[in-house]
Amino acid sequence: MGNSEYIIEMLNITKEFPGIVANDNVTLQLRKGEIHALLGENGAGKSTLMSILFGLYQPTSGIIKKNGQEVKINNPNDANALNIGMVHQHFKLVECFTVLDNIILGVEPVKGLFLSKKGAREKVMALSDKYGLKVNPDALISDITVGMQQRTEILKMLYRDNEILIFDEPTAVLTPQEIEELIKIMKNLAREGKSILFITHKLNEIMEVADRCTILRKGKYIGTVDIQNTTKEELSKMMVGRSVNFKVDKKPVKPGETVLQIEHMTVPSKLHKNNAVKDVSLQVRRGEIVCIAGIDGNGQTEFVHALTGLEKITGGRILFNGQDISKASIRERSKHGMSHIPEDRHKHGLVLDYTLEQNMVLQRYWQPEFQKYGFIRQGAVREYAQGLIGQYDVRSGQGPITIARSMSGGNQQKAIIAREIDKDPDLLVAVQPTRGLDVGAIEYIHSQLVAQRDKGKAVLLVSLELDEVMNVSDRILVMYEGELVGELDPKTVSVEELGLYMAGAKRDRQSSGIN
Amino acid sequence: MGVENATKKNKRIDLSSGVLSVAASLICILIGLLVGFIILCCINGEYAADGFSRIIKGGFYLMPKGIGTVLSQTAPLIMTGLSVAFAFKTGLFNIGAAGQYTVGALGALYFALILQMPWYVCLLAAMVFGAVWGAIPGIFKAYFNVNEVITAIMFNWIGLYAVNEIIYKGVLGSMYDLKTTKTYTLRGSAPQAVIPDMGLNAVFNTKSTTIAIFIAIVIAVLVYIIINKTTFGYELKACGHNKDAARYAGINEKKNIVLSMTIAGALSGIGAGLYYLSGVAEWNPQVSTALPAMGFNGIPVALLALSNPVGVIFAALFVSHITVGGGYLPTKYFQPEIADVIIAVIIYLCAFVSLFKGVVVEAVVKRRKKKAQTAPDGKEADE
Repeated sequence: MGNSEYIIEMLNITKEFPGIVANDNVTLQLRKGEIHALLGENGAGKSTLMSILFGLYQPTSGIIKKNGQEVKINNPNDANALNIGMVHQHFKLVECFTVLDNIILGVEPVKGLFLSKKGAREKVMALSDKYGLKVNPDALISDITVGMQQRTEILKMLYRDNEILIFDEPTAVLTPQEIEELIKIMKNLAREGKSILFITHKLNEIMEVADRCTILRKGKYIGTVDIQNTTKEELSKMMVGRSVNFKVDKKPVKPGETVLQIEHMTVPSKLHKNNAVKDVSLQVRRGEIVCIAGIDGNGQTEFVHALTGLEKITGGRILFNGQDISKASIRERSKHGMSHIPEDRHKHGLVLDYTLEQNMVLQRYWQPEFQKYGFIRQGAVREYAQGLIGQYDVRSGQGPITIARSMSGGNQQKAIIAREIDKDPDLLVAVQPTRGLDVGAIEYIHSQLVAQRDKGKAVLLVSLELDEVMNVSDRILVMYEGELVGELDPKTVSVEELGLYMAGAKRDRQSSGIN
Repeated sequence: MGVENATKKNKRIDLSSGVLSVAASLICILIGLLVGFIILCCINGEYAADGFSRIIKGGFYLMPKGIGTVLSQTAPLIMTGLSVAFAFKTGLFNIGAAGQYTVGALGALYFALILQMPWYVCLLAAMVFGAVWGAIPGIFKAYFNVNEVITAIMFNWIGLYAVNEIIYKGVLGSMYDLKTTKTYTLRGSAPQAVIPDMGLNAVFNTKSTTIAIFIAIVIAVLVYIIINKTTFGYELKACGHNKDAARYAGINEKKNIVLSMTIAGALSGIGAGLYYLSGVAEWNPQVSTALPAMGFNGIPVALLALSNPVGVIFAALFVSHITVGGGYLPTKYFQPEIADVIIAVIIYLCAFVSLFKGVVVEAVVKRRKKKAQTAPDGKEADE
């Protein structure tokens, strides 16, 4: 059957890892020229399935067909030969090469012993025009925006004449404007006959761009639906297995006394000579969620590190419950009632080689509750961990003695959140608490943040996700190039306007005053 | 994945994970011995079998003296092994065990020969001297971000030549016996400083077998408890696994680096004390231009034991066992260093321990699958 309806078929794919079945009899059929979304929670097996298609893993059983013919994909080179290309979530670009060099890397056109880039440049420019992928071929990757880096990745696939394009969570790193542009590009590509597989867990984007959607849950195939005949609610129900509440339920805000007051904070940058955080002043009160919005890399990380004590400040001061903690150690800040859900759960949040229970007491193993004369009270730790696991529904293979590394991202994050919230802090600093998590987990974490707020805690949320910023916060502060450029009310501001502030196109005042 | 299914499978594999490590180490040892045998065959095929059996028998070849020798050599080796293993737990590579051992030896000899202190005070002195020498690379690492390996190697040599000079020139007093070109013997000049043997020397017909081996074992168990049961051990391991997370948790990682290296140094120092207070060892400042092998042998011991303090006891026993065995090789045909070759091969293979683990797991899983498949038939599965 040479002229099959489907360009790629993955039939009854099963992939077992020791102790886990990542894909259990999954079938995925991609039509020529369609945009096909692959939807599922974290750990549902999306990445495994795509890695199989891209030749990184071999399926335990099941077959892959291209144009109706069975094929074997043993490595990414095979995939490439079958015209399958992939844009990874974390781009695979050489930072110090130009856009053009990155595109031709691996398939360099040569004349004798020398590179001949002229033909390549023409081909790239032609592709760039055809699909509306604006890039500057001579710019260095390290100098261009994330959006342009992504377009470079797409051009890389097109340059290799790939017909099947896999996008692994392509919108996670983009601003709203860039997302819109990407969606346009994807539709364009599909119109020109490319077939697109689009991995995501953002339902809005699926509704907007996809033709069909295949849903996985816990490694199992749930179904494939036409987007025209479905709704967001239905999709999320298929993905999570129950109905999900998208709107965060919140009572009106009732701010109390000030918990955190930052005055003219300045933090030097490790990357360049300028300060990463410039003269930032803000206040967080009890019973409110203040959100710092901004595009990644505008000083949020340094700001949080300085606030929690991981980095030193060079100017200004931090008042916490009226006390100056500018020079206090991390442990002292923690003791005073500051909790920190870190941005990078693998780097800071967890000791991955420790067990779950050891991680649960990472911030408080020294408290009398858990130690006696310097000896860890193993029983107390176990009991405490079991309590938190039950209360916060942290799922893992072996309960408290599971090695943290073997847990799924969502459950790792839940463990951190359980640990930090259970400290009963006055101030909860949550940095991108839902990064990379699925709808069910996001809903849960948002409700926890709101619950903390309603209990009269101060919550400082740092987020790159616009939905999160708009839904959860009571007050938005926009950070751009280390400065606070605007204070907005989520009830009155539009997403577009927020995007303009984040991109630096709009700002309120020169220096952010204390409100 | 079905959650129940997954937990069942996890449990099965976990059940054997402790056993796995031991099995993997044993595979290393077997292959190492095999390579040793092949080398013996290459050198002299005729006597290879005889030579090999002597190595395998180790201390048992010459009963009971050999066993006594193995035991007395094991004690300091356990200590240097612990020293390296302890630093490993904090993510540090203590290549300075040899230097700490050397300085520890000076401490022991000075307190024994000059100050005429009893053996336990001398042992403590060795510990303190070693600790100071270990602390220095720790301080450099923590506060100046200098790699501990570089500093430790430098301090190995600084320590060696300083100790030689101090003993030879009599800086701290006269320890050097011109007649023997070594330090005075403890039995002759400071019998109070010899570690008591509780009759062990009589049992084994040796001069060097003391209660040192028991001291070393007790310390190994203590180290095991510190690492696994205390908040201090928790902090050290957290720093070793993930420095950033440790900092995030408010753990003072600089303090822990210094402490870890200090304790590692102290352990090496005790090792030197156990050796030089056994009553048969003297320091020879003129010949000692090479660092004591005991210090470096701690590294293979720690590797073979996968840094487990209790494992260190057995690894040290094994290494001394075949080293002593190598000493019984007929020197006409073979060099005793063959034993070192075997140890080297074993250590080299230790790098593949995780690979062997994989092999073992696969074999186990395959067999279970087979069992599971044949199980419905009933009888076959039982066989």
